[in-house]
Amino acid sequence: MEEGIITAIRVVPLDHYVLLSFLLFSIGAAGVVFRRNTIIILMCIEMMFNSVNLLLAAFSAHHSDPRAQVFVFFIMLVAAAEVTVGLSILVMMKRNVDSVDVNQLNRLKG
Amino acid sequence: MLALFYLFAAISVISALIVVSARKPVNSVIALVVCFLSIAGHYVLLNAQFLAMVHVIVYTGAIMVLFLFVIMLLNLNKATEPMKSLGMRVAAITGGALLFITLAAAIRQGVHIESANPFDAGVGLVRTVGHVLFTEFLLPFEVSSVLFLSAIVGVVMLAKKEKHQPEAPVEPLTEAERARRTA
Repeated sequence: MEEGIITAIRVVPLDHYVLLSFLLFSIGAAGVVFRRNTIIILMCIEMMFNSVNLLLAAFSAHHSDPRAQVFVFFIMLVAAAEVTVGLSILVMMKRNVDSVDVNQLNRLKG
Repeated sequence: MLALFYLFAAISVISALIVVSARKPVNSVIALVVCFLSIAGHYVLLNAQFLAMVHVIVYTGAIMVLFLFVIMLLNLNKATEPMKSLGMRVAAITGGALLFITLAAAIRQGVHIESANPFDAGVGLVRTVGHVLFTEFLLPFEVSSVLFLSAIVGVVMLAKKEKHQPEAPVEPLTEAERARRTA
């Protein structure tokens, strides 16, 4: 089994991982524009983070370089901090305008 | 192994589409949890064991629970979200598809890399990653605690109920104004 996992890095071509993460990133980017619910927009942003993480991990495994995986770890840390701030903004928005619709947030529009 | 990759890839893409298209936010969260678990499966296939565990703990264990708590505490699970205008939705789908086509066309000749290091299947083990993290990247690791501290302070400040009204209190929206903005 261990041999199988070790050879799996070589069996799956890098292109497949690149295409998969492009696909996930595009779905996330389209979702940010497609939806109006702020919480789903935040989730789409998380999905885009994850596609980039997957790409970094794939290149790290194919280059045999552990530093990219440390980089993914730091991205996860930043994403955790970003989500807490985003959700607290959402809570504040729900309290102030009683809605989570991003189209309500146009007070700065001229 | 390739079959496992395709299985995980199909699960992650389908659940990602469900995240974007589900009517209720809770269904989106559950689909995103499935998506993240399949990405953890990809990490296991890449033999990135440390990342797989941290991913499950941090994303599915902490971040998605936070999303679920916010949805339940604020009672957001209503499927009455007004949809964007048809033109906007078509633009979103077209834009996403064009983005994917552009990115995919950029690598249409395949990705050929020359590995900078001799092949080593053990780069993703906790031992290897931990060693790099605590020697080469010790300073960024410690600095990230400052980032978390500032995030905590910011969250408490944002989410705290204000006891005193600000000088110019924000007028609640009238129904007509809300209808006008929603349109």
